[in-house]
Amino acid sequence: MAGPLGDCEARLARARALVEDRRLDTVRAWKAGHPGGLAIGHMPVYVPRPMLEAQGCLAVALFGGGDQVDIIRGDSYFQSYICHIPRSTIELALTGDLEPLDGVLFPSICDVIRNLGGMWKLLFPDRYSDYLDLPQDFDPEVGGAFYVRELGRIAGELERRGARPLEPGALREAIARENRRRAALEAMDALRAREPWRVRASEAYLIARAGAALPAQEHATLLEEFLAAAALREVRYRDNVRVVLVGAFCEQPPFELVLTLERAGCDIIHDDLQLGLRAIDGEIRVPEGADPLEALARAYLEQGTAMASRYIGEGEKGVALVRRVCDAAADGVVFAAASFCDPALLDQPMLERALEGAGIPFTSFKFAENTGQFQVIREQAGAFSDAVKLWGKES
Amino acid sequence: MTTPLATAAVKDASQQRQKRMIAEHFERLAAARDEGRKVVYTFVPGNLTELLGALGLLPVLPEINALQSGMRNRSAAYIAEAERAGHSEDVCTYVKCDIGMLKSGNIGPTGTRLPDPDLLLLSYTGCFTFMKWFELLRQEYRCPVAMLHVPYQSDGVITESMRSYVVEQLRRRVVPALERLAGRPLDMDELAARLARSRRAEEDLVAVWESARHRPSPIDGYFGGVYYVGPIFSSFRGTGDAEAYYRELRSEVESRMARGEGPTTPDGPATGERYRLVVEGPPNWTSFNEFWRMFIREGATVVASTYTRVGGLYDTGFRHDPARPLESLADYCLGCYTNLGLPTRTDLIERYIRDYQADGFVINSVKSCNSFSAGQLLVLRELERRTGVPGAFIESDLVDPRYFGKANIENRLQSYFQMLEARRRGGPS
Repeated sequence: MAGPLGDCEARLARARALVEDRRLDTVRAWKAGHPGGLAIGHMPVYVPRPMLEAQGCLAVALFGGGDQVDIIRGDSYFQSYICHIPRSTIELALTGDLEPLDGVLFPSICDVIRNLGGMWKLLFPDRYSDYLDLPQDFDPEVGGAFYVRELGRIAGELERRGARPLEPGALREAIARENRRRAALEAMDALRAREPWRVRASEAYLIARAGAALPAQEHATLLEEFLAAAALREVRYRDNVRVVLVGAFCEQPPFELVLTLERAGCDIIHDDLQLGLRAIDGEIRVPEGADPLEALARAYLEQGTAMASRYIGEGEKGVALVRRVCDAAADGVVFAAASFCDPALLDQPMLERALEGAGIPFTSFKFAENTGQFQVIREQAGAFSDAVKLWGKES
Repeated sequence: MTTPLATAAVKDASQQRQKRMIAEHFERLAAARDEGRKVVYTFVPGNLTELLGALGLLPVLPEINALQSGMRNRSAAYIAEAERAGHSEDVCTYVKCDIGMLKSGNIGPTGTRLPDPDLLLLSYTGCFTFMKWFELLRQEYRCPVAMLHVPYQSDGVITESMRSYVVEQLRRRVVPALERLAGRPLDMDELAARLARSRRAEEDLVAVWESARHRPSPIDGYFGGVYYVGPIFSSFRGTGDAEAYYRELRSEVESRMARGEGPTTPDGPATGERYRLVVEGPPNWTSFNEFWRMFIREGATVVASTYTRVGGLYDTGFRHDPARPLESLADYCLGCYTNLGLPTRTDLIERYIRDYQADGFVINSVKSCNSFSAGQLLVLRELERRTGVPGAFIESDLVDPRYFGKANIENRLQSYFQMLEARRRGGPS
């Protein structure tokens, strides 16, 4: 019988298999078990997955090919100064790895992902793809009304392709399942921040990202089981520096990069790696008698976390990051932006200024999803970690 | 074979008029503080110039400042200044040029300091970077921002939902913010009068664009075109000056067409049109004339371009409408070229290639602008497949001279023109 350590390992092994499932075998299996069900892929960062689930669809978050795919055809579609995720996504599509998907949504996070949506229409005119215009006006009567109409439009498109009509009861239930997932994620984040040696950032990353192609309920179960096992396992205390990892992550860093930061003496107590899962802060509330679609939209408007692709109309840029660092009692911030990522790199000077104002040390580097050399990053992160330990905020 | 260039470059009356208009605008900006006039920074695509003008507000367009810095060889130093301040080498050089210019004293093209903004009017149309740009400027200037989120036409259709979203933002947020700044309510009659002038100018501009169907084309729709769009893209749309400019420009172009003359170039009238091209993508500004001459020397005239549609797409039928002021401002913003999905953009270029009987098309892919550039390699293939017309692909940048490789670009273009010549003679292509 497996003990807590074995339970953790088993959950992590499952998570890792899900994360590395670039041929979408899990999705194929789901479709076999749900005849007629649509699998709808979506690019980062945020898509309201409960709406898809309420229509009987499987939402599949796409994060490119990481460091597992040799890019051959994908590179021929993009200039050298475009980030990496669209290349590997095109590669996966052209090699047939995304075949199980019945459609793909492209949310409005940057010009590259937006134009990738247009490329999809040109390359795969017979497959469903759609652009999700997330509002940058956060007034429920203006941006909210537009967003509800936008969601309704997409729901209609899915219905035309065989999905169930969007019914309030089903949506309410899907939101409840999503809230369970969110609660489990928050519990994992809290445990990580409290005892980072008990749940390593690399483990939390795998467990969180494993939900990319899982229904919310199944992912919540995985999270809960992992947490229960992690709470019981024997662990070794580590005297590392506590850092927040910031990258406005659409393109994901190689897993080895997260491990490298840990090996360099950094406990990543908070990150925005799986930004979409944390794009709404807290529970999605659906008051009695309220329209759940409006509630889902309202949660995005009013509980949306500060992220690079979201306009900060009120307040100062970087305040949320400073608050995050302070609340989590972090020692510093590590910026890791994907090369040529406009949202992350244009945001960074503003965030750095806020950190400087608060006396919070930081370091920064860039990566690509298929970066294979980590020694320089390890040395930089190690030097940062040592400096923070030796001189604290003075560094 | 190269086309001999005429030596005398006499400026047309319309060019002189535009020069005077710009000088007067910068004089107004220089005097703005003394005269108590309010200044609004905003962007070219999705600009609301008639609205600003109706409230007596003065626009400043940071993109225009950046491109002018590029043309005056100042951008390299400004970009270096911004990169020293922590801005990544990977991001838009318009942004860095503007930040660097600000940190170097914000001296405008006429040598006087530009006034700080009283408000940033963030029209988020077709370019994600605009949003980050004004977040950065807000941190520098500590002034209010009015945001107008313009939805993206991913399917090339303006829906009623999109239009009403933009109109509601204008009505509830943008107009009240501008009225507060101006200290007076918006006069809808004044707005309508300005929109009517815009409409007339747009009619004349479209006539100018369509003159390029003639052989030889009396205009260059890219290098010359960026001058033609100056007034309507910047601070003058809706003014009597702009209306007069476009009337005069149209008359000059029609006269050249009647005389069978080619376009006006920096070296005088071009003669001997050999190749008719369509160009996609913005120009390089740091070596603008050098770049242009690579085409002139080969007798290549650009008969249509997409960059000249970023600040308004009029040749598919849109006109500002004084009877529907806010709705037509919304449609204008929604219709700017980079706010169109890639399939619609591709269709438009295909249409230009066919309608203007182009021998080829050139994509100038600029590092700075993902809004334009992401997907252009697919557009290239798609256009060649659909039209059978060969395309050329070159890479440069907007205002960072480090990315203008003259020899490389010139070699590519020369090879391309040789290939066009070979095709014309029925040889291998």
